[in-house]
Amino acid sequence: MQKSLHIDPNKCTGCLQCEMACSWEKYQSFTTAKSRLKVFSFHHEGRFVPYTCTQCDEAWCVIACPVDAIRLDPVTGAKIVLEPTCVGCKVCTIACPFGTINYVAQTGKVQKCDLCDGAPACAKACPTAAITYVDSDWTGLDKMRQWAGKTDTNPATV
Amino acid sequence: MAWTKNVLRVNLEAGTCTSEPLNLQWAQDYLGQRGLATKYFVSETDPKVDPFSPKNKLLFVTGPLTGTMAATGGRYSVITKGPLTGAIACSNSGGYFGAELKFAGWDLVIFEGASPKPVYLSITDGQAELLDAAHLWGKTVWETEEIIKKQHQDPQIRVASIGRAGENKVLYAGIVNDLHRAAGRSGVGAVMGSKNLKAVAVRGTRTDAYRLADPEAFFATTEAGKKVLAANGVTGQGLPTYGTQVLMNVINELGALPTRNHRDVQFEGAMAIGGEAMHEKRPTDGKANLVTNGACFGCTIACGRISRMDPGHFSVKDKPQYHGASGGVEYEAAWALGAANGVSDLEALTYANFLCNEDGFDPISFGATVGAAMELYDLGILTREQIGFELPFGSTEGMVKLAELTAKGEGFGKEIGLGSKRLCAKYGRPELSMTVKGQEFPAYDGRGLQGMGLAYATSNRGACHLRGYMVSPEVLGIPVKMEPQATEGKPAMLKAFQDLTAVVDSSGLCLFTTFAWGLSDIQPQIQAACEGDWSEERLLLVGERIWNMEREYNLAAGLTCKDDNLPPRLMKEAAKTGPQKGAVSKLDIMLPEYYQVRGWTKEGVPTADTRKRLGV
Amino acid sequence: MRHLIIGSGPAGVVAAETLRKADPAAEITLLCGEAGPPYSRMAIPYLLKGDIAEQGTHLRKEVDHYDRLRIRLVTGRATAVDTQARTVSLGQGAPLPFDRLLIATGSRPSLERVPGIDLPGVRSCWTLDDAKAILDQARPGTRIVQMGAGFVGCIIMEGLLSRGVDLTILVRSGYMVRRMMNATASGLLRSWCEAKGVKILTHTQPTGIASEGGSLQVTLKDGRILPADIYLSAVGVDPNLDFLQGSGIEVAQGIVVDANLQSSVPGVYAAGDVAEATDCLTGKRQLNAIQPNAVEQGRIAALNMAGRPARFKGSFVFNVLTTLGLVSSSFGEWQGVAGGESCEVLDERRYRYLNLQFDGDRLIGANTVGFTDHVGALRGLIEGRVRLGAWKHRLVEDPTLIMQAYLAAAHSVA
Repeated sequence: MQKSLHIDPNKCTGCLQCEMACSWEKYQSFTTAKSRLKVFSFHHEGRFVPYTCTQCDEAWCVIACPVDAIRLDPVTGAKIVLEPTCVGCKVCTIACPFGTINYVAQTGKVQKCDLCDGAPACAKACPTAAITYVDSDWTGLDKMRQWAGKTDTNPATV
Repeated sequence: MAWTKNVLRVNLEAGTCTSEPLNLQWAQDYLGQRGLATKYFVSETDPKVDPFSPKNKLLFVTGPLTGTMAATGGRYSVITKGPLTGAIACSNSGGYFGAELKFAGWDLVIFEGASPKPVYLSITDGQAELLDAAHLWGKTVWETEEIIKKQHQDPQIRVASIGRAGENKVLYAGIVNDLHRAAGRSGVGAVMGSKNLKAVAVRGTRTDAYRLADPEAFFATTEAGKKVLAANGVTGQGLPTYGTQVLMNVINELGALPTRNHRDVQFEGAMAIGGEAMHEKRPTDGKANLVTNGACFGCTIACGRISRMDPGHFSVKDKPQYHGASGGVEYEAAWALGAANGVSDLEALTYANFLCNEDGFDPISFGATVGAAMELYDLGILTREQIGFELPFGSTEGMVKLAELTAKGEGFGKEIGLGSKRLCAKYGRPELSMTVKGQEFPAYDGRGLQGMGLAYATSNRGACHLRGYMVSPEVLGIPVKMEPQATEGKPAMLKAFQDLTAVVDSSGLCLFTTFAWGLSDIQPQIQAACEGDWSEERLLLVGERIWNMEREYNLAAGLTCKDDNLPPRLMKEAAKTGPQKGAVSKLDIMLPEYYQVRGWTKEGVPTADTRKRLGV
Repeated sequence: MRHLIIGSGPAGVVAAETLRKADPAAEITLLCGEAGPPYSRMAIPYLLKGDIAEQGTHLRKEVDHYDRLRIRLVTGRATAVDTQARTVSLGQGAPLPFDRLLIATGSRPSLERVPGIDLPGVRSCWTLDDAKAILDQARPGTRIVQMGAGFVGCIIMEGLLSRGVDLTILVRSGYMVRRMMNATASGLLRSWCEAKGVKILTHTQPTGIASEGGSLQVTLKDGRILPADIYLSAVGVDPNLDFLQGSGIEVAQGIVVDANLQSSVPGVYAAGDVAEATDCLTGKRQLNAIQPNAVEQGRIAALNMAGRPARFKGSFVFNVLTTLGLVSSSFGEWQGVAGGESCEVLDERRYRYLNLQFDGDRLIGANTVGFTDHVGALRGLIEGRVRLGAWKHRLVEDPTLIMQAYLAAAHSVA
């Protein structure tokens, strides 16, 4: 059974340990600005919402990439950016209707969550279990897919 | 390592920003944050300087663990000479601002001079510039942050700013970052206002800002530290559930909750304004005051209160801007806005607390000053005509109205903005001011908790609970249980707490970790992050060095052992009720012993030997 | 079943791959207009900059990719389609037979009608060969006069400047990328380019190009003469449809297709730049020459060709452009609609701009400059026709809260 990141905003306190963990995993730096997972703060509502790629089946980024730089990891199901191949054209960043693949000016490439080879650093770092790595059935993936269906952004599947 | 080794020097008069290398010897001697910036401050400024003179400097500083995955590693401090006290002022804040400053590549920002016109400092990584703040002057903290983020089109910018309290030089104006975290005490915001500096806006995206000395050891020790915090009853359960408000009923039952300007030591309304009450559903709208708990950067405790008011409450009925969630009352604020003046309306306290955040003033000093004004009113010294409205103890409306007036410097709010010492002196009753060195007491009675009384009297920044938190041994039994009324061993314990606190305040960590962490938990985290050999002995020496440096500064500024005192009420008027009934402060017994364990003369001056030992 | 795909751009390649997956036994032929493996024009600017080698432009990286999928690559250009005989002529050699045909021939640069446009030294920058020719010629100091500052004209600028050329750009309309940017965004791009040393002449165009002493003389409307080593024509693109004349396939602006992307001739499909399909925002038929649309249509057309009915749900125009390092994007009805509302924030000093267009409480279009984080959410909001509710007002107050609005309105998480 493939696993997915399960996010429960109700448990998030906004400590950003997840963002630091993500940045450390990829940049050996705690710079939260570089995290592929972002915690959005809704001050007025008193709410923190961690948000990142759900590795959706539609894989908008993969199909939009003109140079075949985003590949599927068959083990984890993650869509992974091959940095040496990415030219930085950013087409994926506008094609992904979830806004979860982003351009990094510093590297000239795009970046997205790759599930850390099946051991997501964010989930490990989360002190409140707001982010967990669990069997796919239990994740918000379905919720997001339902949304995609509801809003007509998902194509017929092969 | 763990330091960015970069100092940003901002000359407000000339409008210039220049980078200079960090004095690495000082980093080794004073660690970072509080210690390091104070070293810069005392080395560069005249101790006799008027706090509002352009010659006073204002320093924003991070610690080596700020912006790391160490639990609570997100703190920064602001150091200057305080206008409330005339002593060294050092205010510590959490939120996200400190870490962002670190990621931008700066350990320290030194503001010198005063700008001829309102400006704000914009930092994007290595680039820093002073920008015109004409459009921000007169705006609240909340508006300022919103405008800057929108103007720069970057919701990720972190902002620390003053509100109208700082602009109007309310003597206890603070600097607020991330909407409701504050370098709140001692009037650092008023100094910022005197410099025409409205805000500091930071965006930090550098991945090479600093390095850890030993990443592997760092992860091992910080993960162990997080487990300790999670397993501890206070940091793992009490604080996340109730915040610091977990203390309200505890301290009240102990008879150490100063009430009505310290006339009483127990508050009959404590239950209504404590941590438990924040969880209860209101009869009016069926919702609890508390929405959720929130964390500062990197904090695995998450004691922060996020509250939403009853939109029908009289104070906000037609003010939708206060109907959303925001920073709720913490223990000290709930005490000052509530018990200190006899108000037990949680919603009103929340509103006043929102105003303190929104316009940047310290709820402790504000609430305590209102308490003093209420006593002056009660004694007939202040009248309805002078104030503009009735102000008896327990007047919710009066407290709320003063909260609305103070930052703006309107009406009687202008006098409240002077703080309790100047207010009481002005009306001929200086003894009614519940302050030390001009700064108002926080929420523990120095009669009920003898060690806290000594801590207040000797605190380098005036009355403060965060310089040596004797509540730990006297109430919580951390690290050992000490009876509240005992004096024995307390001077030595306080010294140890003060020195340890100086270390924690210089590291980038939050003092609240010390409910669960001892030095043996903290030392390996510093060791793994910083280059050099950081033994526990050395760290305590650093802490003691910092304490004595601050002391020397205060002495040079003109303070003497006479300022290490408590108001006559605490020395003479016995606690009326509760377990501590009959108690007065035994400061006279403890203080000489404290000087002795500090290695100071009878006049409270560090001896030549002490100076030599510490290399001050 | 014999599947023939004309055109080896993204639409054609994705169609071929989808066909293989959907119909393992089918015979699949991909007709490539240029020699060499299928490549991406989107990557050409990065080749010009020297970021990548030619191989980096290839749509698929594995050398045996097409062999492995049993996709036959044929190099040649279609000259005619015989829908009765079910063949495609290549001008020379035997015509290619098909049972199902996909036309995915993409676009070609629009032709300028200026005397001298056929001189050597006049180039466009569209194909890999064009790019290689420019690379061969461009040296520090090489004078390039470029006509046009549309998408292509802008995206190649960095590559040109990186070679140290002296670049002058002629803009007929006065506005750069006017087909995807409003005047404010366009003005930001212009001042950015000028700050980087590009000379931009607006409201002008050449009246003639002449060759003199080994270089070109470009005469402008106002009589000015600009000397040039290269005249680069970048005035836009048109769909490649000439070979369809007489085929009986209905062509308007592009090939008219139904919801299955089938043309007026059964068994003949179209995808990508040449397909005139339904815009999901306006409901009108239009061309949509963007990469995500091409691959999506390629996929849908292929499923239908393989006998697995699939509907194209419509698309809308969105694009991202990097001009000398300045990133801008354009979504949907960025010009706004009658009765709609808009909001914007502009920071000229930092080259940042965000303009949102609403119809009621729905986002329908946007222009951004210097704004790259989570920009895809704009597509999500627009294409999903998400009701913003109270967030509409908050966005009007502060458009930078777009991601919060998206999470709250589209995912109901706040």
